[in-house]
Order: sequence, then structure tokens, then C-alpha cells
Amino acid sequence: MSQLDLTSQALDIRPRPRLQYQALEPRALKSGFLTGLTWLAALLAAVPLFSVIYMLLIQGGTRLFGADIAEVLTGLPPAGFEMGGGIGPAIVGTLIMVGIASAISIPLGILAAIYLGVLDSTSKIAKTARFLAKVLTGFPSILAGVFVYAVIVIRFGYSATAGGVALAVLMLPTVVLAAEEAMSQVPQRMKDAAYGMGCTRTQVIWKVVLPTGLPGILTGVMLAIAGASGESAPLLFTALFSNYYISELAEPTASLSILIYNFSGMPFQNQIELAWTASLVLVLIVLVFNILARILGRPKV
Amino acid sequence: MEKLFQAANTSGSISGPPSAREYFNDRLFRSIALTSAFLIIVLVAYILWEIGREAMPAIGEYGLGFVTGTTWNVSKGEFGVLPEIWGTLYSSLLALLIGGVFGIAIAIFLTQDFINHRLATVFRTVIEMLAAIPSVVFGLWGIYVLIPLLKPGAEWLHDSLGWFPLFGTNLSGPGMAPAALVLAIMILPTVAAISVDAFRRIPYKVKEAAYGMGTTRWEAILKVMLPTASSGVLAALVLGFGRALGETMALAMLIGNANQISLSLFSPANTLASLLASNFPEAGRIEVQALMYAALVLLAITFLVNVAGLAVQQYTIRKFEGKK
Amino acid sequence: MKYKTSLASALAAAVAALGLLAGGQPAISATAEATELVVRGAGATFPQPLYQRWMQEYAKVDTGVRFSYEGVGSGSGVKRFLEGSVDFGASDAAMSDSELAKVDPKRGVEMIPMTAGMVVLAYNIPGVPEGLRLSRALYADILAGKVGFWDDARIQESNPDLTLPHLAIVTVVRRDSSGTTYVITNHLARIDPDWETSGPGIGKRVDWPGSAMEVQGNEGVARRVQITDGAIGYMAYEFAKQLDLPIATLQNKAGNFVEPGPLTGQAALASAEEIPENLRVYLPDPAGADAYPIVSYTWLLLDGRYPDPAKAEALKAALGWGLDEGQTIAAEMGYIPLPDRMIGKAKEALGRIR
Repeated sequence: MSQLDLTSQALDIRPRPRLQYQALEPRALKSGFLTGLTWLAALLAAVPLFSVIYMLLIQGGTRLFGADIAEVLTGLPPAGFEMGGGIGPAIVGTLIMVGIASAISIPLGILAAIYLGVLDSTSKIAKTARFLAKVLTGFPSILAGVFVYAVIVIRFGYSATAGGVALAVLMLPTVVLAAEEAMSQVPQRMKDAAYGMGCTRTQVIWKVVLPTGLPGILTGVMLAIAGASGESAPLLFTALFSNYYISELAEPTASLSILIYNFSGMPFQNQIELAWTASLVLVLIVLVFNILARILGRPKV
Repeated sequence: MEKLFQAANTSGSISGPPSAREYFNDRLFRSIALTSAFLIIVLVAYILWEIGREAMPAIGEYGLGFVTGTTWNVSKGEFGVLPEIWGTLYSSLLALLIGGVFGIAIAIFLTQDFINHRLATVFRTVIEMLAAIPSVVFGLWGIYVLIPLLKPGAEWLHDSLGWFPLFGTNLSGPGMAPAALVLAIMILPTVAAISVDAFRRIPYKVKEAAYGMGTTRWEAILKVMLPTASSGVLAALVLGFGRALGETMALAMLIGNANQISLSLFSPANTLASLLASNFPEAGRIEVQALMYAALVLLAITFLVNVAGLAVQQYTIRKFEGKK
Repeated sequence: MKYKTSLASALAAAVAALGLLAGGQPAISATAEATELVVRGAGATFPQPLYQRWMQEYAKVDTGVRFSYEGVGSGSGVKRFLEGSVDFGASDAAMSDSELAKVDPKRGVEMIPMTAGMVVLAYNIPGVPEGLRLSRALYADILAGKVGFWDDARIQESNPDLTLPHLAIVTVVRRDSSGTTYVITNHLARIDPDWETSGPGIGKRVDWPGSAMEVQGNEGVARRVQITDGAIGYMAYEFAKQLDLPIATLQNKAGNFVEPGPLTGQAALASAEEIPENLRVYLPDPAGADAYPIVSYTWLLLDGRYPDPAKAEALKAALGWGLDEGQTIAAEMGYIPLPDRMIGKAKEALGRIR
């Protein structure tokens, strides 16, 4: 055995490092300081969320949970110097346009994701489509509105359909990418077993991949719906705004996000209160869909 | 021998080769799926082509002077978006500086064992909820909470350091500072999420090696982890910048809508996206063409930045997968 | 897995049910609409509060007609009227000669002045809750962007007893095509000889200096002034009065400092000399010792001949009411009641509509 004894006391000949943690050493101080800063940063980042929720509950809640909740939820938006009124048409408009957008983007997105994730994930079309879908996630929402304006509104006028299409353009990438992710996670064994039993690729998809990947697909769908409900830029000049309940799809339609935008620029206390109320309702809708995405998305494989 | 396998071959109930009809359905469905994937490519191409086509008359009319002009005068037909381009870039850059730093700090906080797993999940949820809040709600919050909050600080900065161009004017209300701050809050989740991804990709042994050599926690983070994850973090910053460029509503409500170029953090300004949002609804034929041109400029800028960010992200993934 | 799919389908059913419920709503209001006549109009935001009040009050008088009005600015109002997408338009600048030339000869047009109002300069200066006086050339220069700070010597000169802070002057102007903008720029061109040539010019939409904040509608200007320190913006008198915004006292042509109010407004209207046949009379710079300097009539634009006689009758009855009983409501709300001479001519024009 060696004659070195590393645990003995330090000699003057050969200095040995002190291996215990020393809090006041400059490097440790620096590390502790940065840790403190990071904690501060983390707490600061959480502050806006809680501030927003607080304002929503206080400002929006007083009107929403006050005496006249029915009036607020079903009444027509008030004009200028009017009192009272509600956000009914806006809620209905948002639901209808998000519904149209979902009807367009969900089937299309899932079909595309089937191709990208299962059928042929390495072909040129798949690679290009995947890349472009990712590019589309960062697409400014107002340009979706400009695009739909040029294609639909110029020919057919302002309508809820145009608004729905603009929202669909924004929902599509989220649905495609989440669904593709979910479906490519399905274990190869399960698919092989199905092939072994003589299934065609379509049957494998419908009977094995889709059911197994459903949680992930639903997560993507819920997140896309949540995002689309909150959008306002694409609706500004496709669906415009209306002060009445929608009676047909081909006319300007109210929406919660546009109502908030319009009313927040008004000097009247009544309108501002309703803007907060609408914000509370909108955030509740968005949060519900986000939570649903989380619950439904728990993987089972 | 034949008899043994006969039962399995004849029925078609449990397993057997597909029938002709099933083959047909298979072909049909696969072509539908292919078409759908192809439609995504077609959609992006159509968007680019359509906005370009609508902008053509204005490009012919105003040419490059559009990008250097500073007035937006509908009655005289003079259009220029230089103040808007300035506002877009300046606000996004400020947002990136603040939101980027915070986003990376949060990513480090979440992935470098500062808190236990449960707390990390809770915190992650908080950040994701922040991302879920719609832009208009942030705008409303900005008017009511952020601007009054900033006014005292801005006043002090302007009074004491007013000679410095960044604090050259006073914060009257809506302006560059509240807009950039709200923008920072909005891109923070994006930067954090992609950075978390980048940090997670680092092989564990790299961290182990650093600690084994006796680094403090922060020496390991700053000198080993961050450089290793640097391309991923860069992708996060570029994509966050791209998101900031395209943000519309909160800025339209908070930036002040003044067509001027100023270095001051507190002066009102305007961005391309808020110009589109504000002027489009009631625009006449001539103005719509000019706005389409502005939309094309915005499209070009965001497209370039997003493609660059994605390219960096692809490079990162390939780098780590290759190492493994 | 089963409970998740059933949860998802329950959700889908709920959304569908909500959609059907909402679909039921318009069916109810549609049947109510089927029995009453709907008359739509759009235009200036300047008189919008008044028109809304009138529609509310008139609905009690005549229950068979429902009026709807959208405040989109005078420019859009004229545009929609020319297109025929509304039954009546509203504009603070009536219609210019070029716009009149675009009228469809089969329809014709009658411009009926319904009320008049003042355009005021409301401000928000911390520490100055009221009492700002602006001399004639001064307020023109402020709006032209030539005065940078509130403690400028010229402003201090007119206001010796106020302590004005060193705050930047932020002008708040209209981005949309606005009759209110036309009224004030028309007036400012009379004060400032350079306004039309080298300044922003006259029009419903002008080239304000880059430092001005551009917003939508009278209410947008009021809102922006409310939340911005050091702001000054032009808006209809009623907005500033009902929202309790401080209003600047302006110096008129006669050299007196005049506050906007019912008496000063009427004094300004009285200075109009002759009224042309189409009832388009502008008052860019009223003389008169007590006249408030910035006033304007505001017009409703009606077709000369309506294809639907029921609509024509409904409009004539409603506007007739507005010219009689409506004038007291107008005075209550801060608008200037029409001089009798003008009411007479307006009723004549109304009678010409078929």
C-alpha cells in the first residue's frame, strides 16, 4: 500500500485543499448570490400572472358575480353613455367562430398528422410540411386576418365564416404538431402486432394508433381551441363586430376579444367594467380548456 | 399438416390478408392523408403569394420609399412605415433583453435542481398559465396596472438622468416602456419552454463531470451547462424575438400610436402590427393597398426570423442526437 | 380511457347545446323584428350620444319602428350613405362638393341639420384640475406640434396664476375620417395662415405631426386624454362635460376668453349670416363677443327619394320629432339647440323627402 495519507492534516510542504463547504469563500458567495437572483427572477415572473388574475377577479368579478349575472351574460353591449347591458352576443360569437375554426382545422390537422407521424415521416413532403407547420406556429396572428381579408372578405364581405377561417389558420399548426407527436409515440410493437394480423395501414391507424394517441391529440386540440378563443387580431377585419346576437353566418359577428379591445378604449365606466367582465369570462374559458388539455393528455401507454 | 393450419386460413375473422375493399379503403385514406399534409404546404405558399399579390400595386406605386418614409398621409397618398419598423424592432429588442434574460433564468431554475420535482411542476404550470392569457387581457392589465406602476419610476429616471437619450422624455401614459414590458411578459414562457428543452438535452454525465471537478453550482451552470446548451438557448431567443415581432393587440393598446422615431423608452411609438390593426378596419381602397405592403414587410421580417430560429433549433437537435 | 372519451363527448354535447341555445335567441328577436320596421344609420361619433338618447325616447312615442345607429366617424358615414348600405348617414362636415357629385341622381340627397355642438380642447395636466386659458395663436400652435412643454412661456403668460409642470405636451388626435377633425381644422386654418399650406391642412383626415397619438372616435380621444398625463385632445363638448374632463378656455375672434357652454354656443350660432339652399353652413370663426370659437352644425344625410315609403314616413316623423321635442333633450345633454330660423329651413327640407 502507498505511504500517502490524504486524510492527515495539511503539511507545509504540500498544501492540501479543504474539501468542506465554506460559505464565505468568494466562489461560493458568487454562487449563492446568483442563486438568490434566480429565485428573485422566478418570483418576479410569477407576479404578472397573479396580478392579472387578481385584477380579473376584483374588476370583472364585481360585475359578473354581482346582482345581475343574467343580464351581464345575455344582455346586448351598451352604447356610448348607456348603463347596464351585457356581453351575451360576444360569448355566442366567440363560441360559434371557434366552432367553425375547429370544424375546419381539427379534421385537416389530424389527417395531416397521420401522414406526417405514421404513414411516411421521412418523405420530402413530410419534412417540408413539418417545417412549415413549425414556421406557421410563429405566424403573426394579424397576418392571418390580412390573408383571409384578401381571400374571403373582399369577395364575400365581413362574416363569421371569415373569422372562423382566420382562426382555423392559427389553430392548424398546433393541432398538427401535437397530433403528430402523439401518434409517433405509439409503440412500434402495437403497430407490428396489428400488421401481423393482416391489417392494412389504414386499419392500423384507425384501430391502434388513433385510440392510443388520443390523449395527446386531445391535448393539442384543447390547447389550440384555448389559443383561438383568445385571439383578436385576426377577427378585427374579418368578423368585425356587432352589437346584436348573430342571426346568420354571413354577417359581422361579435366576439369576446374584440369587445374587450373596443371597450378598453372607451372612457365610459360602464364599458370598462364590461371589458373586465368579458376578460374574466374569456380567461375562464381559456383556463378551462387548458386544464382539460392537461387532464385528457395524461398518457396511458 | 394441412388440417392444422386450415382453420386459421379460411375464416377471415381474426386474422387474414385484407380484402379488395379494404385495400381500396386503405389507398383512398392514405391519399386523403397525403393531400392534407400537402395542403399545409399549399396553405403557406398561398398566404405568401396572396399577400405579395395584394401588395404589388403599392410596391409599384411607392417602391422602396415606403420603407424609408415617415408619414402616413391618406389624403395626400403619401405612405411610409419607417417609424413603424423602428417601433417594431425596438420594442421587440427591449422585450427580448428583458424576457430573454428572465426566460433563461427560469429555465435554469427549473432544470438545475433548485427546487424539488413537485414544486417545479407547479412553477411550470404557472408559466404555462402565463402563456395562456390572451393578448387583449394583457393590454387591459397594462393600462390599469403597469402604466400607473411605471410612472413614478419613469419620472425619477427622467428627472435625474434626462440627458441620457433613453430617458429623454417623460412617461405620459402609453409608450414604449409599458409596451416592451408586456411584450417581455408574453415571450417569457416561449423562451423558457425552449430553453428548458435545451437544458434537458444535455447528457447527465456532463453535469456530473463538472461537479466532480469541484465547481460550485453556478460555475457549473455558467461555464459548462450554458455553453453546452447555447445553441438551444439561442434558438429560444430567436423564436421569442419572432413572437415579439408579430404581437399585435397588447401593443396596439399600450404603445401610444404615434408615428415617430425616438430613442426614449418613454415616448409613444407605433409598430407595423398595430398600424395594421388600427387602420385596416376603416381603410379605403388606396390605404388598403399601402397596408398590404406594410403586411408584406411584417411578413418578410417575421418569416426570416422564424426560419432562422427553427434552423438553429434543428441544428441543436442534430448536435445532441449525433453525440448520443 | 372510457371515461375520457365520454368526458370529451359530454363536452362536445355541451358546446353544441350552447350553440343551439344561442341559435334560439336570434330566432326570438327575429320574430320581434318581423313586426317592426328597422331603420339603420351610421356616421359621426360627435352627435352619437344624442342620437342614441333620441332613439330611446322616440321608441316610446312610436313603437312600430326601431332605429339603429353605428358610430363609425363622419367619413365612413358618408361612404356608407353613398353606397346605400345604410338608410341614413350622419356627418359633422355635411358632404363636400366632390361627395355631393357622387350621389346617385335617382336617390338624391337632403342634408338636414339636427343639432349643433362645440368642439372643445380637453386636457389632463397633473396639478391643474381646471382653469387653463389658451390664447388664439397659442392653441393653434399647440395642435400643430410647435409647443413642446406645458411650462412654455407663452402658456404661462396666459395663465399667470397656475403652476404648470415641465411635462411634454402630448396631442391626441383622430386617426379615422372624422367630421370633428374637419370642424377644428377648418377653424384653425382661419387662425393660423400657415395651417393649410405647410401645416396639417383641412379635412376629415389630416397629417398631424408625428408626436401626436392617433386614436379612433370621439370616445377614443376622451379615453386617451383620461389616461395620459400632459395630454390635450379635441372632442365634442358633451364628451368632456359628461366625463368631467377639464376643458380649456379659448380666446375667440373678438379677443375674449370664452368657456364652452349653452350661451356661448348659441351666441356662436347666431353669427351665421345666410343659409344656403342645401343647408350646408359652416362657421369656421364666429364673430361675436361671447361666441365660443369652435362650433359646427351636424347633419343627417337622407335620400331625396326612398324606394320604401314606410321608411320615408318613419324617418320624416322621427326627424320632425327631433327638430321639435328633441331640441330640449339636446340642450340638456350639452348640444346647442338650433335657432328657429334653421329649424324652419330644416323642416322644409324634410318635407321635400318622398
